[in-house]
Amino acid sequence: MEDQNILKMKKINQIIFTVALLVLPFLAQAQFDGEFIKPRNGRFLLQNATIVTVTKGNIENGSVLISNGKIEAVGKNIPAGDAEVIDCTGHYIYPGMFDGGSRLGLVEVNSVPETQDYAEIGQVTPNMQAIVAVNPNSVAIPVTRVSGVTTTLAVPSGGIFPGTAALINLNGYTADQMYAGFKGVVMNFPSSARRSTWDRRSDEDIKKDAEKAEKTLNEIWERAVTFHQLKQANATLDYYPEMEQLAKVIAGELPLLVEVNAASDITLAIEWIQSKNVKAILTGVAEGWRVADKIAASKIPVITGPMLSIPTRNSDRFDAAYTNPGKMAKAGVKVVIRSNDAENTRNLPFNAGFAAAYGMGKEEALKAVTINAAEVFGVADRMGSIEQGKDATLFVSTGDPFETKTQIRHVFIDGYRVPMSNRHIKLYQEFLQRSPGLKEN
Amino acid sequence: MKKIIYIIAAAMVMGWNPANSQTQKGSVLIKNATVLTVTKGTLEDTDVLVENGIIKKIGKGLTSSNITTIDAKGKYLMPGIIDAHSHVALDAVNEGTAPITSEVRMADVIDPYDIGLYRALAGGVTVSHAMHGSANAIGGQNITLKHRYGSGNPDDLIMKDAARTIKFALGENPTRVHGRGNGIQPRSRMGVEAVIRNGFNEAIQYKKSWEDYNNALKVKGATPVPPKFSERLQTLSEILDGKIIIHCHSYRADEIYMLINVCREFGITNIVFSHVNEGFKVAPELAAYTMGASVFADWWAYKFEVYYSTAYNAAILTQNGVITSINSDSGELIRHLYHEAGKAQRYGELTDEQTLALITINPAKQLGIADKVGSIEEGKQADLVIFNDHPLSVYAIPQMTFVDGVKYFDINEDPNDMRLRVSATESIEPIFLKEHDHKCMHGVDFFFTNFGRSLFDHEH
Repeated sequence: MEDQNILKMKKINQIIFTVALLVLPFLAQAQFDGEFIKPRNGRFLLQNATIVTVTKGNIENGSVLISNGKIEAVGKNIPAGDAEVIDCTGHYIYPGMFDGGSRLGLVEVNSVPETQDYAEIGQVTPNMQAIVAVNPNSVAIPVTRVSGVTTTLAVPSGGIFPGTAALINLNGYTADQMYAGFKGVVMNFPSSARRSTWDRRSDEDIKKDAEKAEKTLNEIWERAVTFHQLKQANATLDYYPEMEQLAKVIAGELPLLVEVNAASDITLAIEWIQSKNVKAILTGVAEGWRVADKIAASKIPVITGPMLSIPTRNSDRFDAAYTNPGKMAKAGVKVVIRSNDAENTRNLPFNAGFAAAYGMGKEEALKAVTINAAEVFGVADRMGSIEQGKDATLFVSTGDPFETKTQIRHVFIDGYRVPMSNRHIKLYQEFLQRSPGLKEN
Repeated sequence: MKKIIYIIAAAMVMGWNPANSQTQKGSVLIKNATVLTVTKGTLEDTDVLVENGIIKKIGKGLTSSNITTIDAKGKYLMPGIIDAHSHVALDAVNEGTAPITSEVRMADVIDPYDIGLYRALAGGVTVSHAMHGSANAIGGQNITLKHRYGSGNPDDLIMKDAARTIKFALGENPTRVHGRGNGIQPRSRMGVEAVIRNGFNEAIQYKKSWEDYNNALKVKGATPVPPKFSERLQTLSEILDGKIIIHCHSYRADEIYMLINVCREFGITNIVFSHVNEGFKVAPELAAYTMGASVFADWWAYKFEVYYSTAYNAAILTQNGVITSINSDSGELIRHLYHEAGKAQRYGELTDEQTLALITINPAKQLGIADKVGSIEEGKQADLVIFNDHPLSVYAIPQMTFVDGVKYFDINEDPNDMRLRVSATESIEPIFLKEHDHKCMHGVDFFFTNFGRSLFDHEH
C-alpha cells in the first residue's frame, strides 16, 4: 500500500515536472525584462564603406557580402539580394586584428589562483594544451572583441616547455568552435634578463639559473630527438606524452614559439634554432632592435610586445620599446605584435599605434596585427585580410582603429555578427544616469 | 671679506636665499602653436611668453629680445601633464607596520636619480603626486613633485607651494597586510571603517587635551602637565582641521560610500578617491561630497575587488559632475598618460576638452595646486609640453617638456643614456623585461609569501 502511494506520488511529481517544463518558456517571457542579444550568422551586406583590405589596397564606397561564414564578395555595387543590409556610409571595414600572444581566457582574476589556468607544475610540460583551459565564457572575451581584436594566441607560461599555445577566435561556446587553426609549442629560452624590476636575483644567480636551464633544455632536447628516432623506427615506446609532443616539433608538424628577450639570448636562440633545424617563431624579443640584422638574416619571424613597456635597460632611450618593432621591420624581420596581456588584450591596437608612431608606420603596423600574423600562423589562406573566399572575421569602425577616438560599430567573427555589448558597456548603460540618483539625507 | 658680503647681499637682492635655495626658472617664447589651454579653449597660431618660470602673456605676434624663441608652427602646446597617483622617484613606498602611520612622510624618501623622472618628462608629465603605498588604512603623508630632473638634491624636486596630502587605503590591501598578514584589525571592510573612525576620534581627544593644556597655561601660576606629543595624532587632527587632503586608495562602491559617510560625520570635505574602480556606481555621491576621483583608464580584473569595473568609469564620473583625473600608479603608464586619457574617448566619447582636463586641471584641483598649474593661463607656472600632433592622437609624440619655463626634455636633443648615476656595484647593467606595474604594495611583498600565491604580476 505504501509502495503504491509512493508510486502515485512519483507519477504526480512527474506530471507536475512535465507541466512546469512546458510552461517554463512562457513564465520566462513573463518574468524577465529585456532581450538577450546573441551572436548570429546569416547573409549580411556591409554597404558603402572604405574597405581596408590590407593585401589589395583600399576600396572607397565598397561593400562586403558575408554569407555562410565567408566573405562571398568584395567590391562596388554588390546587390543585396536576401542579405541583411548594414549601412556603413562614412565608416571603414578592416580585417579582424590578431593578438600574437595573450592570456585571454586562461585567467579570470589574476590574484585569485583558482582562476589561473595558464601555468602548470614542472619544467617540461609541452603536452599541456592551452586550448582546453580557455574559458569561452570569460567575461574578458566580449570586452576584448568589441575593440576589433577577433583572434588571439592563447599562450601558456611557466617552465622551459610550459605547454602548447593555440590560436582562438573570440566567439563560440566550445574549444572547437573557437579554435582558429594554429598550435605551437612554447619554449622559454634560458634568460639572462630579469623578469621584472622586482626580480632581485644577483647577477651570479641569474647566470647560474640560465646555465642550469640551458643544460636541462639540451638534455630534454636530446631525449626528444632519440624518442623521435625510435618512433620513426617503429619501436615500442612507453607512454611519454611530453616526448610525444616534442617529437612533433622535431618532425616539423608543430613550430616552436621561442620566448627570448635579451639581445645576447636572442643571438643564442637563433643559433640554437638553426642547429636543431626546427620551425620556429621568436616571441617577446624586447631587445630585438639590438640584433635586428641577425634576426632578419635568420628569416625567423618575430612576435613582439607589448610596445607600451619600459625600456629593458636604464641606459636605453625612453622610447626603446616603442621603436623596437619598427627597427626590426626596417631590417627585414617579419613582425607580429602582441599585447602579452589578459583582461586588457583590447589594448593591442594601441600598442600597434605606438609602434606605427615610433617608426613602423601605419601600414606596416596594421599588417603586424593582421596579415603578418595570419602568415606566421599559417592561416593566411583563410584570415588576415578582406578578400573574397576568406573567413568573415572583420570589423566596421568610424576610423583608424589604432586611434582611441575611433568607435568600433560592428564585429563579425567567422560570419557571426557578435553583440556590441559586454559587462563594461552594460555597467555604463546602468550607471551613466543612476536611478535612484543622489538621495539627500 | 667685504667683497663676499657684497656678493651675498647682491645674490639676496636677486632672490637667492641661502636657507631656501631656489630652483631654476626659465624664460622662453613659444610661437605659432595650437595652444590647448584646457580652461579657456583652443587658440590657433598663438604665442606663449614665459618669463622667469611664469606664463607672462598669451597672444599673437608676441616678441621678446634676449630669450629663446621656439617656432611651434603646426605643433600643439598643452599644460604639463599632472599625475595624481604615482610612486616615481621614491626610495620606499610602504611603512606597513601599523594600520595607521600618518607620521611618515614621503618627502623623506625622494630619489632624485630615478630614471623614471626623465621617462615621465618624455611623456609630457611635469608634476607627480608621489604617494605612500596602500598597506595601511591610514598611510603616510605624500609629496607633490615637480620633475626637475638633473638635480641630485631631493629638495629641488619638491613643489613647495603644493597642498599637503595623505594616503588612505580601503579594501583588500590593508585587510591582507594587517588582518591576514599580522592578525590584527583590519581583517575586513568593517575593520577598515573602525580603524579610521578610531583614528579620528583619538585625534579629537588629542586635540582637546592640547587645548585643555593651552587653556590651563593661561591661568596665572598654573603648572599643567603637557600631553604627550604624537606626530601620528597631530597629523590626523590636521586632517580634521581641513589642512591636509586625503587621497584614498579604494575600489568598491560600498567602501567608497563608507568613507564618504565617515568624512561627512567628521566634517571632512578635502577628500579625493584614487583608483576608485567602482566609483561610477556612487558617482552622484562622489560629485556631491568629495574633491573627486582619480582613476585608471582601463585597468580591471587583476584582483577580485576590480572584477566588476568598467573602462567607462572616467566618462560616467565626468558626466555626473565628479572632478575626475586619470593617474598612472606605474612607472610605465606615467610615460603615456595622454594616451590613457584618450581612452575616455573610446569608452564614453568625452570631448577633447573634458579628456585633456583628466590629466591637467582636474588632477591639479585634487592636489590643491589648480591656481598654479594645470592650464595655460597668464600668471600660472610655465609647465608646458609641445606635441607634434594632437596629444589625444595615438600618433602624437611629445617634442619638448618645460618645468617652470626650463626645458627638461627635447626629443631632438635626447642622448642615449640619461641616467644621472651609474651603480658602482653592478658589473653588468641589468635587463628588466617589465616595470613592476603597480607599486602600491611595494615593500610589503613579504606578507604574500605565507599565502602561497603568486601575487606579483598585478598588485596595487
